[in-house]
Amino acid sequence: MTSPPEPKSEPRTEHDEFREYCRAWLRDNRPPPAPVRLPQHPIETMTRAQLDYLQAWQRRCYDAGLVGADYPVEYGGRGHKGFQRIANEEMNRARTPFLVNMVGLGMAAPTIYHHAQEELKRELLPPLLSGEQIWCQGFSEPGSGSDLASVQASLTPDPSAPGDYLLNGHKVWTSLAHFAQWMILLVRTSREHKHKGLSYYVVPVEGHRGVTVRPLIKMTGEAGFNEVIFEDTPVKDAWRLGATGEGWSVAMTTLLHERGAGPLVTPAGGVGSEGLAHNVRGLVTLAREQRRNGRPAAEDPQLRARIAALAIRERGMLENAKRARSGALVEHPMRLPLQVKLASTELAQDLAAAALEVEGPAASLYLSDERAPVGGQWALAYMNSFGATIAAGTSEIQRNILGERVLGLPKS
Amino acid sequence: MSRPNYGFDDDCALFRDSARKFLSTHAGLDGLRRATALDPEPTRMPTAWPSEDAWQAAHELGFVAAAVPEAQGGLQLPRAALVALAEELGKHAFPSATESTLSVALLARRALEEHADSAAAAALFERLGEGARATLAVCNADGDWEHESGVRHTLAGQQRTLSGSAHFVQDAGQSEWFVVRSQGPSGVELLLVPGSASGLRRQRDGIVDLTREQGTLHFDGVVVSDSGVLLGGDALLTAAMPDVWLLLAADMVGASEWLLQTTVEYAKVRTQFDRAIGSFQGVKHPLVNAMMAIDRAKSLVYAAADALDQGADDALLLAHMAKAQAAEAAAFTSSRAVQLHGGIGFTWESDVHFFFKRNKHSELLFGDAAYHHARIAALLLDT
Repeated sequence: MTSPPEPKSEPRTEHDEFREYCRAWLRDNRPPPAPVRLPQHPIETMTRAQLDYLQAWQRRCYDAGLVGADYPVEYGGRGHKGFQRIANEEMNRARTPFLVNMVGLGMAAPTIYHHAQEELKRELLPPLLSGEQIWCQGFSEPGSGSDLASVQASLTPDPSAPGDYLLNGHKVWTSLAHFAQWMILLVRTSREHKHKGLSYYVVPVEGHRGVTVRPLIKMTGEAGFNEVIFEDTPVKDAWRLGATGEGWSVAMTTLLHERGAGPLVTPAGGVGSEGLAHNVRGLVTLAREQRRNGRPAAEDPQLRARIAALAIRERGMLENAKRARSGALVEHPMRLPLQVKLASTELAQDLAAAALEVEGPAASLYLSDERAPVGGQWALAYMNSFGATIAAGTSEIQRNILGERVLGLPKS
Repeated sequence: MSRPNYGFDDDCALFRDSARKFLSTHAGLDGLRRATALDPEPTRMPTAWPSEDAWQAAHELGFVAAAVPEAQGGLQLPRAALVALAEELGKHAFPSATESTLSVALLARRALEEHADSAAAAALFERLGEGARATLAVCNADGDWEHESGVRHTLAGQQRTLSGSAHFVQDAGQSEWFVVRSQGPSGVELLLVPGSASGLRRQRDGIVDLTREQGTLHFDGVVVSDSGVLLGGDALLTAAMPDVWLLLAADMVGASEWLLQTTVEYAKVRTQFDRAIGSFQGVKHPLVNAMMAIDRAKSLVYAAADALDQGADDALLLAHMAKAQAAEAAAFTSSRAVQLHGGIGFTWESDVHFFFKRNKHSELLFGDAAYHHARIAALLLDT
């Protein structure tokens, strides 16, 4: 008479059906292993061979409806609601290769969708979603990092094309620019006002006049990001998103989505370099394999407590994402979404640091040594993790944003 | 698969609304101060106990019935409603036996699920329906409920005769019923003992936490017959512990949220160096860290509540995670609340200390963060 309540059986929804479809499709269409070593993250794609492989995969996912599912049909999407999150979960679960056009999917697409003229949306979004056109982001400059609104790259009227402009300036940390056809650009159109002097454009990169892309080498030894120099580069006014002088507020749409807090779910899922599960499960596997003080590292009491604490953070993040969709259980609509970037990048860093400790002295071996545990991937991951806690607003800036926008504390 | 909103449906929302309404009228900080903090002298026993009127009102609002099966005259709401209630109680640092009694109700529910003819559980539900309070008396002098019991009994026919002590019993002075963990000749049993039992002496503990009441039970020849046995023994207690942890965790989430919001408000108005102190990153960033620790705990509490309702495989893991994370969030938020309030936060006059003390108490009961971390590690690494 008092058996536990049966979970109410819900009718199968279109979301359930889509999930089953994704799962079956990913099972039947898993691509062959990459012919070259893949990077850990899309923005570290260095070689044409890596790009070709990853672009072909994004195209197949796009054709199958797993990329852009929530975008309207006229912009190359499928016009659904709530499908992209499911596709992402299934791509992660299947551990298929990641989607290479991540700056396009995560930052350019939502900004174009919310702010571009109709014609531009129809032109730019379909090849972006399919991965045919690669996108990069021109926000930061050598003198403009955390203080993004201080950008100096500027537009001046083009004497040979009335109504259009010439672009001069210097952008840095420009991931994927060496392959990109397009860039989203934050640029100064007036020196009178700081924020109100900014405008937002999309500009062609590859083959465009006056554009020089120079690779920057990261501390890991990998390329993948660049500096981009513009010298009298022509920019059409038709490429503007939002009004002149409204670039800062348009850029907020980009940043909100970049930090995982925007209204559109970014198509993203899958994994990079083989062999590294950059999560607690990967850490547990490592701790069972490595030895420490003559015993499996998994028996070391200090490491056990540390792994437990990391597991709580990982699961807590997952449950935060679920709770963010439960209106009755949240205090402030942006409270959980604005934590995503900070929590995930700091967790990734601490996971990698713990993994190096589990490896012990063997963590000194890098990609160049075949005896390195897990191919030296944790050492690489640890260094790369700093890219994520610095880019897209440093952790310090994220804490300011949370303190000010969510807790309502005065500006620093 | 977890349910949408972790099972927190419209009924749960109505239940929480009525709890909020009740607490906003019955649980103001002025009342708390009058009831518990008139005499700061630390060497004297705390003076006031929770009011009977407030308990009656809480009973009528169904605070306990929410956990009782419908067949036993209760409402049996999803666990999400129960943790939401505990969150509100924590947010008001409300002195009451609600969480203790809920813990016992959930244990008795499990007992009935396993043994539908459990007379002791049925009798207990009848008493709870009449407004009785009940609590767990299961810890030994080390605060341990898993190893040697502080209470033992001999057996003669149907009669058990108890001796020894149960420690760290929450709401010991006001509860009418105790679930006692006792070591007998044929193993550990859970026994239902009325507060009026002959040979039972209650000793009040002098505790730091002004918002709770705790005591030690001394047994000297207390007699319990077969009808007072909650079948299941330690297996039942072990199965029921996740609910105990979740209620404490939810209370810490609520108390910590109060501390966070109160400290944020203070940091907005307190100026030094001609600026609100909340504009300094040395103040702002720890408050953000506290918020994130609370949010993680809250999400894990609701996830665990849903997982327990559904009998999910990871329910135990989630419950350990919820208690561990809530304890860490509580410790960090409490310490930052005093520190960032500066001198005033260190005084008896400020309300911060009520929540600081309640949180410290909750952190340490039924396994601190280190205890739960060890269990989580075992589940992840040894299976």
